Amino acid sequence: MAKRVGMEVSIAISEAVKLANVDVISAYPITPQTHIVEHLSEFVSDGELHSAFVPVESEHSAMSAALGASAVGARTFTATSSQGLALMHEIMYLAASMRLPVVMSVVNRALSSPINIWNDLSDIMAERDSGWVQVFAINGQEAYDLTLQAFKIAEDPRVLLPVAVNLDGFILSHVIEPIELFEQQEVDPFLPPYKPVLRLDPEKPVSMGAFGSPEVFIEVKKQVEEALIGSQKVVAEVWKDFGQRFGRIYKPVESYQTKGADTILITMGSITETAMTAIDSLREKGRKVGLVHIRLWRPFPFKEFLQAIKGAKTLAVLDRALSPGGVGGPVGLEVKAALFGKDERPYVAEFVAGLGGRDLTVDTFIEVLDKAEKYSQKQKDFQYELIGVREK
Amino acid sequence: MNNKMTEVRFHGRGGQGAVTSAELVALSAIDEGKYAQAFPSFGPERRGAPVVAFLRVSDHQIRVRSKVYNPDIVVVLDPTLLDIVDVAAGLKPGGMVIVNTAKTVEQLRQQYGFKGRLAAVDATKIAMEEMKVPITNTTMIGALLKAAPLTTLAAMEKPLDHRFGRIAERNRKAMERAFQETILGE
Amino acid sequence: MAKVDAMMPWKEVPLGGTILEPGNARKFKTGDWRSKVRPVTDKEKCIKCGMCWIFCPDMAYDPREDGYYDWNGTYCKGCGICAKECPKDAIQMVAEGE
Repeated sequence: MAKRVGMEVSIAISEAVKLANVDVISAYPITPQTHIVEHLSEFVSDGELHSAFVPVESEHSAMSAALGASAVGARTFTATSSQGLALMHEIMYLAASMRLPVVMSVVNRALSSPINIWNDLSDIMAERDSGWVQVFAINGQEAYDLTLQAFKIAEDPRVLLPVAVNLDGFILSHVIEPIELFEQQEVDPFLPPYKPVLRLDPEKPVSMGAFGSPEVFIEVKKQVEEALIGSQKVVAEVWKDFGQRFGRIYKPVESYQTKGADTILITMGSITETAMTAIDSLREKGRKVGLVHIRLWRPFPFKEFLQAIKGAKTLAVLDRALSPGGVGGPVGLEVKAALFGKDERPYVAEFVAGLGGRDLTVDTFIEVLDKAEKYSQKQKDFQYELIGVREK
Repeated sequence: MNNKMTEVRFHGRGGQGAVTSAELVALSAIDEGKYAQAFPSFGPERRGAPVVAFLRVSDHQIRVRSKVYNPDIVVVLDPTLLDIVDVAAGLKPGGMVIVNTAKTVEQLRQQYGFKGRLAAVDATKIAMEEMKVPITNTTMIGALLKAAPLTTLAAMEKPLDHRFGRIAERNRKAMERAFQETILGE
Repeated sequence: MAKVDAMMPWKEVPLGGTILEPGNARKFKTGDWRSKVRPVTDKEKCIKCGMCWIFCPDMAYDPREDGYYDWNGTYCKGCGICAKECPKDAIQMVAEGE
């Protein structure tokens, strides 16, 4: 029977990993991920979780060890943020292309420089093309649920891809809020032990991560791409199963107050909840505004996204990362690409905000929606606007 | 904004347990079936540096995650902060500032020119008497709960026990004394 | 000798580009790279020390029960290390015929 408690979200995530009965945890500490792995190390040390906890010397090693463990058939977990994720970069691509179902919590934090320990999405956006399945939590409960689901999605024989569960650093990771925790006996039927399709086995030796000449590279990448695209179907199945068992139903794209909305705000991550409060406030004043948030970022759910924004005249995209010298942020880019070539296209106003943890308030979202509508009316031609820059 | 949500800002110095105050009240409120959110103003801090912690309590799901800019209540754990931090910044009209101080409400208003409602309690004295240490975080919870019933003293027992174990009882005593002794001014 | 075939359709490529047949590098006849110069051992001079076998980078020598070493041209690239390392100068690098 699920129990509702007040808990720090990081601790809740470590509880989820414990319920998943992982075999190997290899991690290196970095703010603001530390509470997750510290707590896991306590579980292992106290004998509550029978895992090998490997305290590695860097994040590059953390992902390398995770990859190796997964190759042997272990259910494997790691967590990181920002510079740590950047340090893992080359191995990120390996994990996906080697088809290893590692699960990782990414506690989103800005990439330096300047050195900044606060939240934005630049860290995970730098891994956008790694081939990982990537999901975004908007609150602590989601972070907990998505972590549990991640193992099931990753290990499905039709997927066999690593999964990154993203949660905003500090804003989610370090907040105490109500979380419904599951018991082991509820989780076990949902998440049975990992059954690898292929693994390193002295009885049946194979070589993983070998050379791939031009004759075979494209075919392997094609397989990875098809697996990633196909994973959306598996994600939907897992979410349906989870919904039936535990009552919370997740969708790749969620709509909030979009009925009759002329202007829709597009968000990802925990800013979504603050933005919902702004939507409520404007709706009370009769403004026809709504919100769509993207939970499944990779593979991008084009069909569901286009369905969700149907009928809107204006989209206001709120990116938390910047692609300098380009069109703004990665989400804006994806949205614009999704709309390219469509006969009916809403006006897209792209905003980049909250970089390096600059606080985003209800007023920020109201400002963004006001601007989006103003620009839409004038059909202003612009790539993006950086919100909150002090001009004087 | 959700009208039934109460927003509290705690001011303390690193090491005085301002964050713990916010957390314990949140845990207690959640145990009672309410919604609550507690978090520090994040950043590298050291003992003695002014810190801020935030608390939101509501009967409905809380869907704001920014810092608290317009608190309903401000709790000041250390009176020396009054000289260096504008603790009443953004206070909602009708909001209250609760200060750990040996002074009276009138003296505080005279010295600092506070416009809003004030409350005072000598939490340091209570903490020293009940716990032998000048750590006022749990004491000030008593003062906060007198000003606003975000949770009950009874419901606070479980989080206190869980957090403090052996020394939970004296923290509870200090909290209850502050609840009794806090003067809520106008 | 089986041909190493990588030209299969994408659906048939093993998961993650994994090589399913252990040690299949053995099938790659690197001996074909040899530019027609091969080592020849004079058994009269050979003292069965095994240095040719130990130093060979390419598995071109197979130990025999009688203690001598058979040259196996499948992987030999004609590098001449065995000839250089033989303590008795028992190995000569000799041109192979057409």
